[in-house]
Amino acid sequence: MSDLSLNPSTSAAAWKSLRNYAWNSPAVRKILVLALLALTWELAARFNAKPILFPSFVETMTALWQAITTENLLQASWVSMSVLLKGYAIALALALVLVSLAVASRFVRELLQTLISMFNPLPAIALLPVAMLWFGLGEKSLLVVLVHAVLWPFALAALTGFDSVPETQRLVGRNYGLRGPSYVARILIPAALPSILYGLKIAWAFAWRTLIAAELVFGVSSSNGGLGWFIFRNRNELFTDKVFAGLAMVIIIGLAVEGIVFRIIESVTVRRWGMQR
Amino acid sequence: MLAREPLPPAVIETDRLTLEYGTDAGVVRAVEDVSFRVGEGERLVLLGPSGCGKSSILKSVAGFVKPASGVIRVRGTEVKSPGPDRMVVFQEFDQLLPWKTVRQNVEFPLRIVGKLSRSEIRERTETALRKVSLERVIDSYPHTLSGGMKQRAAIARALVTDADVLLMDEPFAALDALTRTQLQTELLDLAQELGFTLLFVTHSIDEAILIGTKLHLLSPHPGRTITSLDTDDFGRGDIGSARLESMSREVHDLLFAPSARKDILEHV
Repeated sequence: MSDLSLNPSTSAAAWKSLRNYAWNSPAVRKILVLALLALTWELAARFNAKPILFPSFVETMTALWQAITTENLLQASWVSMSVLLKGYAIALALALVLVSLAVASRFVRELLQTLISMFNPLPAIALLPVAMLWFGLGEKSLLVVLVHAVLWPFALAALTGFDSVPETQRLVGRNYGLRGPSYVARILIPAALPSILYGLKIAWAFAWRTLIAAELVFGVSSSNGGLGWFIFRNRNELFTDKVFAGLAMVIIIGLAVEGIVFRIIESVTVRRWGMQR
Repeated sequence: MLAREPLPPAVIETDRLTLEYGTDAGVVRAVEDVSFRVGEGERLVLLGPSGCGKSSILKSVAGFVKPASGVIRVRGTEVKSPGPDRMVVFQEFDQLLPWKTVRQNVEFPLRIVGKLSRSEIRERTETALRKVSLERVIDSYPHTLSGGMKQRAAIARALVTDADVLLMDEPFAALDALTRTQLQTELLDLAQELGFTLLFVTHSIDEAILIGTKLHLLSPHPGRTITSLDTDDFGRGDIGSARLESMSREVHDLLFAPSARKDILEHV
């Protein structure tokens, strides 16, 4: 028991192995990076000393805590999230159907490729005025914009993924007599999973961006506004620290989904299968 | 000439097979007027230099490529589409699906056909993997295996279905020489044990003589039949022997010497 404290060489060795472990652990690295960024932010804000324009890290976190405990920020986030998930799911289902049809028919492929090149560069938020005109102020308009934001980049990634499935694996599937939907589900989707996951990540980021921007424009619509509305309201009242708290919430949710959800999916699929390092 | 002995029923039969494929520069003829038959338990090797369309012939027997003219029959029925009655082993290592373990890869064709019960599938898979001595890595993912092991797993996957015919498209071409020799003898042992009918494509003359009971030699651009040879009496004991070497030289001359080829053509 007392060996550790008595023997300096073992304690040095233990320290070294701990350091090695910390340095090799991605989680520790990530926390380190985040801490460094927070420190830089704090120092920059203190040096700047204009809290009304640029609140410091500590101020923002305090505001975030207050917003969560007293202003239902979590509920606002959940409102945003649930709309987002709805739009995301609709768009993914649509994209998978379109891309599967594009694999089967050259005409649908041409159609899909044309649609992607037309609509992918079109910022989703630019569609909002039209969507509001057609569907009024409400969730429907938000969903239209979200689906637009997710559908095209994801379809592009999935189509690219399907196209780059090795010829041998296609032939193996056909050799077993797989055709149509079962061919797509049992060969193409798993073989294209690295691209599909990449598309999911891109689409997720696009969806988040679009949703917050759309809520900034008309958060009033729903009885309980989402995160974007929280940011907009506090900006109007010049609660800059709360604006930053809202932004921090967006970032935290983004980081959590990217760093936890997608990382877990990747580690049990493409990394485990050696399809991605 | 007509009074021949009745031929034994053919497992694979091609009749005046011609294959074409479209390119930007127009239609290219890959194979012209090739006929052969493979009887029960025979191992026919398609042998020729690159560009002789041997892989195209195998792909058309598998049902991946439609003939421009001519017919392919497997056990009397014309081949129209791919199917698990003709299991293919490819050259490429990525023929094992990377998202499945070795066991799942071998089980896959059985699961798709869906005729067997869970326990039967399990048992058959394990037997097939034991035959290619892969029981040690049964639950590993393909990316952790060596090239030779991947090809063994692919062979197990072809054996597991009890397919009528095995089609092998240069399965050992990407292996190092030692593994290659080992897998060749293993394949011969399996053929002896199971008596499957095999269509095998290679560009290696020695491999062809060793594996095949019959060779079908092809000339390039487009692939035409040069001749057929019987090599049934060559086995694993002949590796490195003078007999194999002289046979190999003979085949080489047939394939590459223009005079020899002309000679043959005149006699056909």
